[in-house]
Amino acid sequence: MTPEELSKIASAQQETLKKYTHRIHVCVAAGCQSSDADKVKDALSAEVKAQGKEKCCLVKGVGCMGLCSAGPLVSVETGNILYQEVKPEDAKDIISSLDGEPVQRLICPTDIPFFSKQKKIVLENFGKIDPETIADYIAVGGYQALFQALTEMDPPEVINEVLKSGLRGRGGAGYPTGLKWSTVAKADSTRKYVVCNADEGDPGAFMDRSVLESDPHRVIEGMAIAAYATGADQGYIYVRAEYPLAIKRLKNAIKQAERQGLLGHNICNTTFNFNIEIRLGAGAFVCGEETALLASIEGKRGAPRPRPPFPAQSGLWGYPTLINNVETFANIPPILRNGGDWLAAIGTEKSKGTKVFALAGQVKNTGLIEVPMGIPLRQIIFEIGGGVPEGRKFKAVQTGGPSGGCIPEQHLDISTDYESLATVGSIMGSGGMIVMDETSDMVDVAKYFMEFCMSESCGKCTPCRAGTAQMHGLLDRICSGQAETRDLALLEELCDMVRNTSLCGLGQTAPNPVLSTLRYFREEYTMKLTDASAKAAAK
Amino acid sequence: MPALLGKPTMPSDDKRWRIVDATMRRNGYRQSALIETLHTLQETFGFLEEQGLRFVAQSLRIPVSMVYGVATFYNYFTLKPQGEHTCIVCTGTACYIKGAAALLSSIEGRFGINPGETTADMKLSVLTARCFGCCGLAPAAVIDRETAGKLTPSDIMDRLDRRISA
Ligand SMILES: Cc1cc2nc3c(=O)[nH]c(=O)nc-3n(C[C@H](O)[C@H](O)[C@H](O)COP(=O)(O)O)c2cc1C
Repeated sequence: MTPEELSKIASAQQETLKKYTHRIHVCVAAGCQSSDADKVKDALSAEVKAQGKEKCCLVKGVGCMGLCSAGPLVSVETGNILYQEVKPEDAKDIISSLDGEPVQRLICPTDIPFFSKQKKIVLENFGKIDPETIADYIAVGGYQALFQALTEMDPPEVINEVLKSGLRGRGGAGYPTGLKWSTVAKADSTRKYVVCNADEGDPGAFMDRSVLESDPHRVIEGMAIAAYATGADQGYIYVRAEYPLAIKRLKNAIKQAERQGLLGHNICNTTFNFNIEIRLGAGAFVCGEETALLASIEGKRGAPRPRPPFPAQSGLWGYPTLINNVETFANIPPILRNGGDWLAAIGTEKSKGTKVFALAGQVKNTGLIEVPMGIPLRQIIFEIGGGVPEGRKFKAVQTGGPSGGCIPEQHLDISTDYESLATVGSIMGSGGMIVMDETSDMVDVAKYFMEFCMSESCGKCTPCRAGTAQMHGLLDRICSGQAETRDLALLEELCDMVRNTSLCGLGQTAPNPVLSTLRYFREEYTMKLTDASAKAAAK
Repeated sequence: MPALLGKPTMPSDDKRWRIVDATMRRNGYRQSALIETLHTLQETFGFLEEQGLRFVAQSLRIPVSMVYGVATFYNYFTLKPQGEHTCIVCTGTACYIKGAAALLSSIEGRFGINPGETTADMKLSVLTARCFGCCGLAPAAVIDRETAGKLTPSDIMDRLDRRISA
């Protein structure tokens, strides 16, 4: 395909869409699908037919609209109307109302902070394009960035834009993406790989899944640009088997891209070749860790290995391998389209751009949000999230999953960026954000995460394998009122040991939920201890 | 060395072995195809039984011990036959906060099985998952591949009863 052909597809699709005076979008991401969005979509299509409006009215499945708690969501694009909790029975009223007043009982207000406080870059096409139609992605400028890179830029220039953007990895650790790319680019090797980490193991996180379900081509385009910049010609997407819809849409997207010549040989009539294969995870959290992930792609047990060598030097089958997270790749096309400086102007000094969060737990508006880095945590929870429901009191917000921590009320005014979250004992992590109210028992929360780490420990190194089991045992004793002050001291000692001596990030960060709850909610621990001195101290 | 003897024969004339073989063929019988193949094996047979593991080991020329090691490492794979219906309860953080434990204990109370177990009549298996990623619908469960959200213990009982008696 040539750039001219690409723009031809884009304008043809724009024309096709313009022909419809009414365009109705139904969210068909997994959240809404589980509340029967498919049936709503079928009912709307049938109603359009019944009313003889096929010529002027399009019903289209689109990606996640964000406010998952109000699903299934339906929007009437041409009238800027959003409907919530739509049922198949509502189809008749919606279609009948198209030329008149909207259906009041279903309206979801769009001027609320949940929508207005967000800034969408990664999610820009969510709710707009049909994730199963490549022409829809091309119509909104898709694959232009890839063509621009291939025809107008050499690999160092591409890397330079990524460096300038200040983009940091969204998989958790926040390593500068441009630096990682240049390491792989500089590696001298006949073969290199690009791997997309779509394992998304943190419980309570569904950002990557939504991106794959709602805008899969964006990730493919980002990977292709990365391959061009680093000199790779084969890519893998490692996606967890628990995400069947994401896998289906990805497979479909890859096939479409191949058919259009956007993947394969001589892409855009250049010498650049790139193919992508999907590899399924099989339910092991540790496989999100990059060296374990590579072992798993090779068909082995997902056990991490010591670094260095880093995958950028020696990765898949020993060849230099670039590993980035889904959201990291999803940021690449807009960076090339708008320039690195554009992204660098958004966010804080050290954390650039936006971050997608999965907001869930005891909060009114649960769903998927994207905010500029640096936004106060309080705004996310109380304005975008709408606060804690049913008049209960906010207690803490958990970020970073099992490697992160719980942040209490007094620190809610910090800025949401990599460094600030670390200073209050948590981490940015991949973007899960779980709100807890006064009904949550923080020791039980710590136990929950420790149980997770204990069962997910791969067993290769002793501190993690045995340490997490011991810590879980101690937490269990504390919870069931069988522990004394010295048990708590032992727990703290173990935290220190496991953190400092484990082989990989899983063990190194496993103590975090304990440490952060001890830091802010120590009295909940001491209140559960049985010896007299502890009781006295708790008072 | 089975490699010298050429391709191993299929364990039986059950057509499903061909599906498993097709996955390996598509991957050039490379050892890296092991996990992909185990996925196919589980999808077609419902669980990983010994005969299947041996067949895969021979075909990909990997020691059976290693195949077993991989099969038991990953939570998604099961070496036990599953019941006619499966109910997977999400135990992700949002579901935990919103009462996944109550769902599990109601299932235990009614059917007497814990996660990972199957009723004696092989009607129902109960499993847990780390996170389905539909946290907006917490607490959630997948019953026979269908996701259900915002569940209460009585909701899940209703759904299970309907499935099992259907
Ligand atoms: C225990 C553990 C689990 C991880 N899980 C994930 C994951 O699910 N998704 C992800 O993108 N990165 C995960 N990571 C981080 C990866 O090792 C790696 O840093 C990341 O994929 C790099 O991509 P990025 O630079 O784009 O962030 C995990 C790390 C550890 C230690």
